[in-house]
Amino acid sequence: MPDSLPASPSAMPPARPPAGGAAGRTVAAQPVRFRGGGFTVKRHGWAALAAFAALLAVWEGVSRLGLASPLFLPPPSAVGRALAGMVADGSLWLNLKASLARIAVGWVLGTLGGMLVGFAMGIFSTARAVGVPLVSAFFPIPKIALLPLFILWFGIGEPSKFATIGFGVFFPTVIATYSAIDSVPRNLIRMAQSFGLPWGAILRSIVLPGALPGILAGFRITASIALILVVAAEMIGAEYGIGAFVLMAGNLMQTDTLLAGVLVLSLMGLAIGTVLSLLERRLLNWR
Amino acid sequence: MRLLVSELTHRYEDLTVLDGIDLTLAEGEILAVIGPSGCGKSTLLGIAGGIVAPTAGSVRVEGAVPDGCLNPITFIFQDFALLPWRTVEDNIALVLEHHRLSAAERRERTETGLRRMGLWDFRKALPKQLSGGMRQRVGIARALAVRPAMLLLDEPLSALDAQTRELLMDDFLGLWRREKTTALYVTHNLDEALRLADRVCVLSRRPGRIRELVTIEEPRERRQEPSAQAHLAEVRERLWHLMKAEAQMADREIARA
Repeated sequence: MPDSLPASPSAMPPARPPAGGAAGRTVAAQPVRFRGGGFTVKRHGWAALAAFAALLAVWEGVSRLGLASPLFLPPPSAVGRALAGMVADGSLWLNLKASLARIAVGWVLGTLGGMLVGFAMGIFSTARAVGVPLVSAFFPIPKIALLPLFILWFGIGEPSKFATIGFGVFFPTVIATYSAIDSVPRNLIRMAQSFGLPWGAILRSIVLPGALPGILAGFRITASIALILVVAAEMIGAEYGIGAFVLMAGNLMQTDTLLAGVLVLSLMGLAIGTVLSLLERRLLNWR
Repeated sequence: MRLLVSELTHRYEDLTVLDGIDLTLAEGEILAVIGPSGCGKSTLLGIAGGIVAPTAGSVRVEGAVPDGCLNPITFIFQDFALLPWRTVEDNIALVLEHHRLSAAERRERTETGLRRMGLWDFRKALPKQLSGGMRQRVGIARALAVRPAMLLLDEPLSALDAQTRELLMDDFLGLWRREKTTALYVTHNLDEALRLADRVCVLSRRPGRIRELVTIEEPRERRQEPSAQAHLAEVRERLWHLMKAEAQMADREIARA
């Protein structure tokens, strides 16, 4: 404690009556009570694991105690055995490979197209004037509704599935890209112009890196959309793929296999999210 | 380099911001521009630097340009305008990248800027790792790297604390002693204007017109001395009187609107 402060309440000067003669309350010497630090969020890493374990335990218990029929809700242990069976007989890889290939091709096509158009709309006023109403009109269409049209155009094979996923990814990528370009601070662009940086250099050195956080945030959304669309497209017309596999298991009332397929989808989503997080950490370490 | 502003008017749609500005900056002169908020100080600077197109009138430059000058009219910004994803040295190098310079010259210019502004030990740091004063030093080092003939400074110290402001004013004075660069210095702060400028241009409330051009007779290097204080106090009083009248009238007009 600094020398200038009293060492104990007894060393404090006596309280003076309030100025101006107004009658007030005298407060006896007392420590100041800590009243909170503004709802600070604390990390509880263990809580998620514990909640997950508790959920599995309750689910297993419900099935084992006969509270739910294993036909409609098989226990997690049965789902695990079904997943192990899928690994052993090779059906996991066969179906996973088909889904991943469709996601990869459809997502890359939709993302490249979307970024190209999004950049044009972010930079050129005419492209924006033309693009915004079109994007607003097409974006709300549930893309899976277009699959029958794509099947007519491209056939029942892979191209119609690529088109469905690509089309579904395209519009959110356009919106994410041009919004991200809008959010690049204009003072940075003015600075570059004031130093005479050419147009291409401004785009490369300022607009692209400045828009990257928004574009990567868009990737997260489009990756989820691609996953939803691949499952839906595979359920409508595919021999292989996790969507087709889940549908087949449902038709055969193999609910443990069905849930194993859903688990694979969940793990796919997690894996994609992890890859994007790594990408963000690597590319956006300046934030 | 001289700056000649002639009959300059600028409007944002129906709002006239600057009206009939005639101004000449002599070679090596520092002209501070002061005035109430919204009087068009930053717009004047933007037009002088070619990043705002004037509605009417003209801005011309003429005169000597230093050897190796890559960007004769160079800005120093209030908010520093540093790229957060680039290190200090890469922020400085940014303005050299599109010029045909040898790798050695590019390195030499960057290093000179870093050393002159005391940033050498921070060359690998990102802007977020620096204090406000250090960030503005990066902005100054970036400006020096292109060896400008004229500096346009838009309230360069207003985002900084008083102590850092003092230190950076010393840096500016050192810079002007060495380089003799012409400068147009926009500020709200009378003390900055009195410390750094040769003349002070007081703009009226919007639409900004030149209310008065005040010359500070005392040489810059003697302005910290006690003998200079009487004259500076007198100039300060005059500037404050002009500013106060304009600011009060601007407030009254806003209240009426």
